[in-house]
Amino acid sequence: MLRGPGTNCDAETVYALRELGAEPELVHVRRLLRGGCSLEEFDALVIPGGFSYGDRIRSGAVLAKMLSHSLKGELQRFVDERRPVLGICNGFQVLVETGVLPFGEVGEPCMALMKNASARFEARWVHLLRCSESELLGELPRVSEMPVANAEGRLVVPEEVLDELLQNSQVALRYCTPSGEPASGRYPLNPSGSVLDIAALTTPEGSVLGMMPHPERAFSRYLHPCWTSGRGSEHGRLLLQGFVRSAVA
Amino acid sequence: MRWEVRVAYRRGVQDPEGETARDALEMLGYGCVAEVRTAKLFIIEGECTREEVEEMCRRLLANPVSQEYEIRRVD
Repeated sequence: MLRGPGTNCDAETVYALRELGAEPELVHVRRLLRGGCSLEEFDALVIPGGFSYGDRIRSGAVLAKMLSHSLKGELQRFVDERRPVLGICNGFQVLVETGVLPFGEVGEPCMALMKNASARFEARWVHLLRCSESELLGELPRVSEMPVANAEGRLVVPEEVLDELLQNSQVALRYCTPSGEPASGRYPLNPSGSVLDIAALTTPEGSVLGMMPHPERAFSRYLHPCWTSGRGSEHGRLLLQGFVRSAVA
Repeated sequence: MRWEVRVAYRRGVQDPEGETARDALEMLGYGCVAEVRTAKLFIIEGECTREEVEEMCRRLLANPVSQEYEIRRVD
């Protein structure tokens, strides 16, 4: 699990992965840059949520450029070998800024996660429609619930890139109504104004997943706002389980 | 040597902060305001060439999909 200055969801994500039987190691980006360890040593990579480098310049941009500049070869190999990669919230922003998402090519970004259409930080539970068979999503049901918490979650994609994403079935999760109808951009069902209600994407091969919602915050039913009425779900656990399974496969 | 780099959203990309500012200005009675767009200004000092500053924009300061930049030498 990669962290940098300003990462703040690492402890709970480590906790969740450990609960699922994984052995996560928290690695500071400076340790990687100094050669204190190498991505090569790990079966999977998680970039957790937070505000890396204080969201300066653009969310995720500074951490992303460190990776894509100084660790380009290492990161590209990791992705090419299809070792699972999960970017949550700020981690998704980092994967987009490294170019790893959407097409698995470290380099210039070809999409952007921009300020929410509401111009606000959006922290709320959302419904998500599963649109992909990627094993990284595990046994996540057709409609799931997880919270989002971001200021820059609006995916902006040039039309030709969007066409390719759809052709390759790279859209993993979409914001939707509780019954699974598309949010169709309606606020707050789609909290960011993201194009086509996209909440999560994979690479064409499905081994890299970037998502704005936080699975680690939907890990136990006691984290769900309706748990006292018995409606608590653990959809984040199901997704992370899928990720851990694909890391050991 | 001093360079100013202005990074703004590309035209056609929604600028929610600009829209909020426009609405607020209208509320304050400035009916003359048609559009507000926001931009970030980086002031870069050092012995850098224009080519290097261009490269900085492409590699870090602007996202090529959603933002455009303008470079100006100010001294």
